Amino acid sequence: MSTKFQVPEDMSNKDRKPSANEGIKDRSNYLRGTIAEGLEDLSTGGISADDQQLIKFHGSYQQDDRDLRAARRKHKLEKAFSFMIRIRVPGGVSTPEQWIEVDRMATEYANDTIKLTTRQAYQLHGVIKSNLKRTIREINETALDTIAACGDVNRNVMCNANPDASALHAEVIRVSRDLSDHLTPATGAYHEIWLEGEKVESSRDEEEPIYGKHYLPRKFKIAVAIPPNNDVDVYANDLSFIAIANGNGLEGFNVAVGGGMGMTHGQEETYPRVADVIGFVPTDKVVDVAEKVVLVQRDHGDRIERKHARLKYTVDDHGVDAFRELVEERLGYRLEKQRPYEFTENGDRYGWSENEDGTANYTFYVPGGRVCDTSEARWRSGFLAIAKILKGEFRLTGNQNLVVARISATQRAEVEKLISEHGLDVHERHTGLRLHSLACVALPTCSLALAEAERYLPDVVSELEEVIEECGLRHDAITIRMTGCPNGCARPYIAEIAFVGRAPGKYNVYLGGGFSGQRLSKLYRASVRSKEIRDLLKPIIEDYARNREEGERFGDFVVRQGHVKATTNGLDFHHDVVIPE
Amino acid sequence: MIKIPDDAPFDDAQRGTLTELLGGCTNEQRQWLGSFLGGDLRPKGGGSLLVLYGTESGNSEILAARTAKLAKAGGFKVKLSNMAEASPDDLVKAGSLLVVVSTWGEGDPPESAEEYHGAFMAGGLDLSGVRYSVCALGDTSYEHFCKIGKDFDQQLEKLGAERVASRADCDVDFEETYQGWIDEALRALGVGVVESPSPGDVGPGASTGEYGKKNPFPARLLEKVVLNGPGSAKETWHLELSLEGSGLSYEVGDSLAVVPTNSEDVVNALLVAAGLSGEEEVETRSSGRKQLREALTTNYDITALSRKVAKAWQGHCGSGELAELLSEDNKEQFKNWIWGRQIVDLLREFPSGKTDGQQLVDMLRVLPPRLYSIASSPREHEGEVHLTVAAVRYEGHGFERKGVASTCLADLVEEGDLVPVFVTPNKRFRLPENEGVPIIMVGPGTGIAPFRAFVEDRATREGSGPSWLIFGDRHYTYDFLYQLEWQDHLNSGALTRLDVAFSRDQPEKVYVQDRIREKSGEIWEWLEQGAHFYVCGDASRMAPDVHEALLEVIAEQGGLGSEEAEAYLGELKKSGRYQRDVY
Repeated sequence: MSTKFQVPEDMSNKDRKPSANEGIKDRSNYLRGTIAEGLEDLSTGGISADDQQLIKFHGSYQQDDRDLRAARRKHKLEKAFSFMIRIRVPGGVSTPEQWIEVDRMATEYANDTIKLTTRQAYQLHGVIKSNLKRTIREINETALDTIAACGDVNRNVMCNANPDASALHAEVIRVSRDLSDHLTPATGAYHEIWLEGEKVESSRDEEEPIYGKHYLPRKFKIAVAIPPNNDVDVYANDLSFIAIANGNGLEGFNVAVGGGMGMTHGQEETYPRVADVIGFVPTDKVVDVAEKVVLVQRDHGDRIERKHARLKYTVDDHGVDAFRELVEERLGYRLEKQRPYEFTENGDRYGWSENEDGTANYTFYVPGGRVCDTSEARWRSGFLAIAKILKGEFRLTGNQNLVVARISATQRAEVEKLISEHGLDVHERHTGLRLHSLACVALPTCSLALAEAERYLPDVVSELEEVIEECGLRHDAITIRMTGCPNGCARPYIAEIAFVGRAPGKYNVYLGGGFSGQRLSKLYRASVRSKEIRDLLKPIIEDYARNREEGERFGDFVVRQGHVKATTNGLDFHHDVVIPE
Repeated sequence: MIKIPDDAPFDDAQRGTLTELLGGCTNEQRQWLGSFLGGDLRPKGGGSLLVLYGTESGNSEILAARTAKLAKAGGFKVKLSNMAEASPDDLVKAGSLLVVVSTWGEGDPPESAEEYHGAFMAGGLDLSGVRYSVCALGDTSYEHFCKIGKDFDQQLEKLGAERVASRADCDVDFEETYQGWIDEALRALGVGVVESPSPGDVGPGASTGEYGKKNPFPARLLEKVVLNGPGSAKETWHLELSLEGSGLSYEVGDSLAVVPTNSEDVVNALLVAAGLSGEEEVETRSSGRKQLREALTTNYDITALSRKVAKAWQGHCGSGELAELLSEDNKEQFKNWIWGRQIVDLLREFPSGKTDGQQLVDMLRVLPPRLYSIASSPREHEGEVHLTVAAVRYEGHGFERKGVASTCLADLVEEGDLVPVFVTPNKRFRLPENEGVPIIMVGPGTGIAPFRAFVEDRATREGSGPSWLIFGDRHYTYDFLYQLEWQDHLNSGALTRLDVAFSRDQPEKVYVQDRIREKSGEIWEWLEQGAHFYVCGDASRMAPDVHEALLEVIAEQGGLGSEEAEAYLGELKKSGRYQRDVY
């Protein structure tokens, strides 16, 4: 099987050459590059430019502490390079033993924190090069891995944490894991480099039966959700499966394609897009459908212009119906007509919940997904203490939160005691706004960040909370998200309120996303100074408190009241923006 | 001027005539006269005199050279011998013997005299008929003060030699004590007092011109920068000093002596503890009358606590408890008490209340210069000398302490300020004469300093051979001293290979010796290809650990037994292929 590129006929036109990353993949011998050699060279804490692209496929990003950049050279030191390691947790379900190990590695190799990501992965930050290999090896020894956690491949498959529907959840999780396993790259490079496997001299195509040697044009994200909860934000994923169940259990899934958040400031041809549902498949065909969607994207995705390479653009370039036909052509059968479903929210339900089998779950609000001991709560100590006694599961949510799940009746009192001893029940004290806030990592480690996010969103929420309290909206849930750049790791464009970094201390403010993540927002004001955010939003929040209809969500309200126009699909995201002079 | 001493066996008139007569003679005439008359005056078998020295920093070497010159002027046929190159067997026919030897660290001989000392102490020689005296150099702030000099003194006696003048134990301000010793020793060996040539005229100091130990050069600080990144627990300074106009020159491998001053807070604490204002005038040993505060700031060692200082203070404060602590029976107790304490603690814990400023300074020794391995090549940085200095700060007995010289450079000296310095040659730490010879350099922490100089030097030369640096510190991210420079040297080829060991980046501690073991095959290959092996840095743990690792590499890779490995390494050392600069 060979990979068909969208290669233009006139290769003499320099602008129409495949993007630089395509060349890197081409030369990499199935993602090997010179990573192994680069790890041996300890004169530098970094790796080569090409390897920096390739190592993403192995689940790691080279970063440097941007807070320190200016000072390092005068100390005769290079940038403070370190690596972020993203640990895949398909479906977000891990064991207490795995938690204990990740916690240990956070102390021994990373910056003493665990980051719970917006896509149900664990992240370790600040791992230096000399510890990278042993950390990844030890992660694999705990039956977790990092391969394809980043890069132009299918990444961690999400599945909602859906804690209170045990039997269905177990079935759907199985589907998520099947998807993850089937779409995991087959290259031996990962094993060779990190797990000290035998080096295999091979460049045969069958080394990657699905992807081929050039992998995908861009990253590829899959989510699986069980309505009515959309905590995985299916509409923001390239491909998603929406579970359809009846009284007898799981029937199958609606298939949605073409969601994605990333865009670039000032380039209107880039835009966020919510997914379109294109049909229904029975459970036993889910993996097949996923593979064929991946193959269509592999062969039809844009490999020339990287900013136009996500599946969402492939879908729009062909049209949704034509895209579905391309998939069906490869499947050899037609997708069934989509089934009715309804999402009501994309947030998490905090605190205790009960399962069908008599076990219970506790969902924690973890600010920023950053697990460390703070003055507010001893997250790390508390979770570790729970992990040490728990016979159950540690589930990650798509909102950077944690669910301690399947707690037996006999352990419940003990867990409850640990929760209160460590002060982990903070959600009881917070506003609905804060409990529905989400931020990406941004500064100081993310190289793409233009402004603060994780370190700053809590302050913005505090300022808005004053208004919220005055208006009596303390318990009203409003989704609010902040990212340091427009690439959208915290899925800002489907939040009711969003801040997207433009420059240090300056944000674009978006309003009007759907509460369950079903509708895109619209730009309300551009380049707002951080200190002006409160005054900008105060009248709108007051308007909402006074004039909303029964049960009306903030995102719906601002559209109805005309604060912003509704965005109906990605292509009109940049249209109808009204910014007064 | 020649002056016939008062206790010489002449009456006043004879003394006058002789002084007048000799005063009119040239040096050469006086020497001839000495030899001529010496035949009658000197003991049987006399005429030949061996000056034996063991040196680390170069001070013993300088004093030995002066001793030889004085003895020669006194009519002896003098042989000057470095323990590094000599064998104890030569002592049998020495006739007269003057030994100058220093003590390092915890009572250790100088690196280059280790083998000689070991062989000599093992005994077996009959030295009856040898007449000798020993001048021991040391530092009273260490427990085993002048131990090696004492070893030689006792062992010579034990082997039957005759001690003609008692041993002198010199502290870091050795000048006065040495002068007393050489006068007495030469007189006992039958020579009248000979005018001392000025120290600047003799020995290795001669090449450094007008500026030197006696007259340090005020070097302007051009630049100083911390080499550790923000977030490090360490504070290592890179300092660039100008030697412009000094006439001072140095070679890579040499050390620079820095004459520090005490910081204001340390001086104040001492004044408070002594109950003195600091405004009274005192007579200093070397620079006349001064205000006490200034004398304590610039002239005296006001921190290093020794038995000698404690004894002197006991005389002032009259404390029975201190007297008890100082008694011969309580040596172990005193050792425990003095650990981590400084002079200020002595004054605090045993207050006097009636000691005046003069008494205070009289019990102190002169503030010693501190030697730093030079971190630059003069070929790369003409007219400059660079240092790598770790600021020493710690807590002791509830007080913040700091190293005098290192924090003087870190805290008190700013760019543009003048720092008194002089060059101390280190002939036992040199690049191979043939630049094509491979070198392995092991220098963790500030031990990196001379290797920066080595690599810079080789970078300026054609045909430089392979070089391998093994560096270590605490954290890769913050403590990789001169990282950008090493990257440049690796790119240019001036440095062939770099291995690093950062001890605190992972759960288990990793040190340079672990890297040596890991790379044992390659280390052995390099050694077999004639590589020189250099070690610089901590003497108490790192250097012995590296030594041990090296022995293991030699034994394992060379298929040698432990004794054979020792012999192999001993041979490397003898031939100058295993050199250490440790402190």
